[in-house]
Amino acid sequence: MSAGVPHTSALVVGAGHAGLAISRHLAASSIDHLVVERGEVANSWREERWDSLRLLTPNWQTRVPGLAYDGADPDGYMDMAEVVAFLQRYARVVDPPLETRTTVESVRRNGAGYEVTTDRGVWHAATVVLATGGCNRPKVPAFVAALPDFVESVTPLDYRRPSALPDGGVLVVGASATGVQIADEVHRSGRPVTVAVGEHVRMPRTYRGKDILWWMDRTGLHDERYDEVDDIVRARRVPAPQLVGTPERLTLDLNALTDAGVRLSGRLVGFAGGRAQFSGSLRNKCNLADLKLGRLLDTIDEWIAGQGLEGEVEPVHRFAPTRVEESPPLALDLAAEGIRTVVWATGYEADHSWLHVPVLDHKGRLRHDGGVVSGSPGLYRIGLNFLRRRKSSFIHGAGDDARDLVSHLAAHLGARVPAEVA
Amino acid sequence: MSTDSEKRAENGVNVEALLGAREALGETPEAGKFVWRATNEWLHGTHSRSSVEGYFGLGGEHDHKSSFDFESDHPLVFAAEDNAATPVEIVLVGLASCLTAGVAAVAQNRDIQLRSVKATVEADMDIQGILGADPDVRNGFSGVRVKYDIDADADADDIEALVAQSQKRSAVFDILTNPTNVTVEVG
Repeated sequence: MSAGVPHTSALVVGAGHAGLAISRHLAASSIDHLVVERGEVANSWREERWDSLRLLTPNWQTRVPGLAYDGADPDGYMDMAEVVAFLQRYARVVDPPLETRTTVESVRRNGAGYEVTTDRGVWHAATVVLATGGCNRPKVPAFVAALPDFVESVTPLDYRRPSALPDGGVLVVGASATGVQIADEVHRSGRPVTVAVGEHVRMPRTYRGKDILWWMDRTGLHDERYDEVDDIVRARRVPAPQLVGTPERLTLDLNALTDAGVRLSGRLVGFAGGRAQFSGSLRNKCNLADLKLGRLLDTIDEWIAGQGLEGEVEPVHRFAPTRVEESPPLALDLAAEGIRTVVWATGYEADHSWLHVPVLDHKGRLRHDGGVVSGSPGLYRIGLNFLRRRKSSFIHGAGDDARDLVSHLAAHLGARVPAEVA
Repeated sequence: MSTDSEKRAENGVNVEALLGAREALGETPEAGKFVWRATNEWLHGTHSRSSVEGYFGLGGEHDHKSSFDFESDHPLVFAAEDNAATPVEIVLVGLASCLTAGVAAVAQNRDIQLRSVKATVEADMDIQGILGADPDVRNGFSGVRVKYDIDADADADDIEALVAQSQKRSAVFDILTNPTNVTVEVG
């Protein structure tokens, strides 16, 4: 061990809900550790979200190890200021050894452990937990290069509010939670919106009188494990459901957008000659989403019947199929249609470019088994889509994942000590 | 068209009829609406048989001179029986047939005598797409290349222009290069 370089048993990168939950479990296991954060606690919730955004999850579900929502509106949805306040409060509960304003520049192997280089010094750590969020970079298709100059290209990380966009039409690419929420508020601002719709997940905000996430929680769907699903690669890529958190508990599916005057097209496949070109698969994508919604509701109905709760909740209900016009547009002449902005709601990806450990696949994605990084003992990841459970990407998903990963980490440290002594 | 006494090109395409049809459609555009049809029936495994018999156009129903059948299967490397061409190969057949028909028609119209027209078509595909191995890889072709070898009474530039015009008027070229709404229902 080099003289002068501070050492810790576990270095946690990121002080969001997941990093704090890890710290909570490390402390409970009496493992000395350090949390480093590039900004302040809950940095990306402060800096990288649009103004109107609220959590998709109801307040009662906002729970982390050692703290649960205890306010007056359990069925409401937190706005970003409330999320930041909740996580600041959580930071006081956890009280982690914390270095803020400290950006990790590199993580490398160092003997059996790791060397973590930051803009404020170097640490040696026996183990490292990456809690840097799953939405570091927007995924924008390469054909953005062919977008004409008069059209502004905006990602959800840049987007703040409709009034910051140029006047004129807006093409929102993607119909995940991000896509439908931005499409809805931009259209209401008087900028006519077309949404290019690929694979999406349709969900009503409430079903049989309860929040749809209440049912997913109760039925155990949110607890489904990564090693139990048929195709985890696919499951991890499923876009966020078409949900929005509003005081009115509104449903924001494609029919709601159509009712508001938003136009739907197929998936955007590229730009050619000043025209956006769309796939002719819109009807198929909508049929798939309707069928999947039906299966989800069947599961909930069967659970209700099995629990004998039939009389205690509202009756079974099915939603109208997604309406698709006879011949959805296959092309949009950007100039002629007055399109001035394209918003890329095409997903996000984690940025591991500073991880100088050979654990990334050919596409730069981390290879891991439920958050235990493959091929580099003592390295962990938390806070990715379906990391260990369906709920892993939600705030309330961090608790179980942090417990499992810290348990693995503790065993790794325990196994390592005698080896060093020997 | 040339009016001198020189022998006219004869490629076997009735250009006058086609030009007449184009003129007639100016008066009755409705007649231009065609509906093409095929039926397909599963045989076994990935082997199926398609038939084309009739179509709608020029305001009425038409039958082909006879019913035409096309079988299709998947190759041995897909653990199938390889009883017939793969569907994607039939797409290439459609593209080449369409472009070659266009070359003949345009050559006739431009009074170019063809002696030999041969095309080879290649398409690239990464089967990680259809296997669901990598969701970033599309199911279909990532690129299609057609190469023509043409022997004709024309210089290289004219032959180049012939092939370019054929693409411009090709239905299958358009189908492959531009999106189309496709609806699949269960009866």
